[in-house]
Amino acid sequence: MSTHPAISWRDVGVELGGSTVVSDVSLDVPTGAWLSLIGPNGAGKTTLVRTLGGTVDHAGDVELLGRDGRGLSVRDRARQLAVVPQHPVIPPGMRVFDYVLLGRAPHQGLRCASSLQDRRRSLAVLQRLGLEDFADRRVDTLSGGERQRVVLARALVQDTPVLVLDEPTAALDVGHQLEVLELIADLRTERELTIVTTVHDLTVAGQFADIVAVLADGRLVAAGTPTEVLTPDVIGAHWGVEASCDVDTEDGSVTVTVRRRKEQRRRPATPATTELAPHATEEDHR
Amino acid sequence: MTTATDGPGLATGPSVAPVEPPDGDDIVGALPAATDLSPRWLLAGLAAVAVATVVGIATGPVSLPLHRVAVELLDHLPLVSLDSGLSSTQRAIVWEIRTPRVVLGLLVGALLAGSGAGYQGVFRNPLADPYLLGIAAGAGLGATLAIVTGAGDGVGAFDAIPMFAFIGALVAVAMAAALSVRRDGSGGPATLILAGVAVAAFFTAAQTYVQQRHAETLRQVYAWILGRLSTSGWDEVLLLLPYALICGAVLVLAVGALDVLAVGDDEARALGLHPRRIRMVVLVAASLATAAAVAVSGLIGFVGLVVPHGVRLVAGVSNRRVIPLSFLFGGAFLALADVLARTVQAPAELPIGVITAFVGAPFFLWILRSRSMA
Repeated sequence: MSTHPAISWRDVGVELGGSTVVSDVSLDVPTGAWLSLIGPNGAGKTTLVRTLGGTVDHAGDVELLGRDGRGLSVRDRARQLAVVPQHPVIPPGMRVFDYVLLGRAPHQGLRCASSLQDRRRSLAVLQRLGLEDFADRRVDTLSGGERQRVVLARALVQDTPVLVLDEPTAALDVGHQLEVLELIADLRTERELTIVTTVHDLTVAGQFADIVAVLADGRLVAAGTPTEVLTPDVIGAHWGVEASCDVDTEDGSVTVTVRRRKEQRRRPATPATTELAPHATEEDHR
Repeated sequence: MTTATDGPGLATGPSVAPVEPPDGDDIVGALPAATDLSPRWLLAGLAAVAVATVVGIATGPVSLPLHRVAVELLDHLPLVSLDSGLSSTQRAIVWEIRTPRVVLGLLVGALLAGSGAGYQGVFRNPLADPYLLGIAAGAGLGATLAIVTGAGDGVGAFDAIPMFAFIGALVAVAMAAALSVRRDGSGGPATLILAGVAVAAFFTAAQTYVQQRHAETLRQVYAWILGRLSTSGWDEVLLLLPYALICGAVLVLAVGALDVLAVGDDEARALGLHPRRIRMVVLVAASLATAAAVAVSGLIGFVGLVVPHGVRLVAGVSNRRVIPLSFLFGGAFLALADVLARTVQAPAELPIGVITAFVGAPFFLWILRSRSMA
């Protein structure tokens, strides 16, 4: 195993449209670790992740598996790092199998022609994700959960040591959220992947990540294990909510329950139902 | 529901190959095929070209039997020796008058439809056509200038009109490209389209002004704008052939990259491609092809928009099929449209642009309706 961290941010800053979005972030992610980036909206999580993909100019250094990110060609980078974007572009009419095969592009020649090996790889991943029956379906006809797994399949056939997932569960219900996350956790073990996710759900970060890093206003304000970072104080300071954090002493995972602040917990003077009732009745009489 | 890839009749759809022996990957069952230009689709395209060629050559003031024309053409293939039974006069009609015109129609149609498919792939926009970036307006201004200054009389491939039209087209598209690049070197496809719209408006205004100042040439300018395939032997064909071969090869080589580009610039980069580089190469090839086609044939509309769409509706969305098949079906479509243009009001000729829109629009709507009902 490499002695380098899989990912290393050194004094990284990003300016977009004249305003500072990320500033002075330094963080190492060891090989095989799961990093969850958390923080309120607009904290700079997605932008920090984009510095890994090379799609945003930044100050400071970003190293990927010990190599300076600026020295990596687009193709080299695509062989090291696969990205599952928050809002993937689904080309209308494209078949699932063709879509997943796109993930082999970094390993193909100029014409992006797929070899037998590429097809075998793609089918193996589809089968691993339980998607083999969808191979001939159109991606744009799938449900949100199925689509998310298809996008994950495309990232997995890239065969990269690092997998980046930007809000991987944002569009999914609770059941599908857990299903996708468990799948990622299993794949991480099977393939010794290093995982970087941005998430809003603090419990997701607390249950799955080894390292949790909190960004606020573009700065890294806390980083460490879930038990170190996911505390009522940190959550109160940066999200402005009251939280209780239950630590599982066996595996060190943290479950976060968020409540409204006490002073805001007031019942409305007039319950909404009594407001609506007369209108509903009028409607019924028409 | 039927997927877009498994069209009716000739459509192959996603086929299933036999099981391969495992090779590290733990797979079970049949290995699905990647969408590609299958032999069946290729044959369908070539058959369309063959039919259009024979019908195009056989039809005219002197009607020639279809089978004799087919045999006459086969006779000219290497290692084939057949007697078509055509007289020497009929042979002269075939080889000196009709074949050059039919081949020109095939080439112009192929270039317009292939370029249209390329533009649509690059811009990920089904409404893109080869005239999107101001090529038509630029060519229109170039041709109008050649006509009003008397520099060209419109006869021959090396006349000033096609030359001016070609230059005008390239100047327009180059201006659009230059205007769309920001100071920091960035600039996405949307900026390029807007720059193209602005350049087209500017060139159209200039062309209208020049045309109004020389009202006596109105008829000639108008005839050029409506498009036509007139030939003086093989000159136009020889002029177009290098563009067809080079631009066609570039576009066909880019089909796989264009399929990756369908997921947007950011994701295409994450998959190891250079979206701007690919866009540039495809746009240069498609624009050169369009400019060359427009220079010799005028502004023939509709082919570049509708043929790729028709192909997409029956053969699926992959550029691996859409671009090569657009070349073949585009050529066949224009050659057949030219047959109508020559015969509907014979001995007078209708502008071919009128035919492509008049026949193409209902045909396209029919495909659209039948597919959406399926």
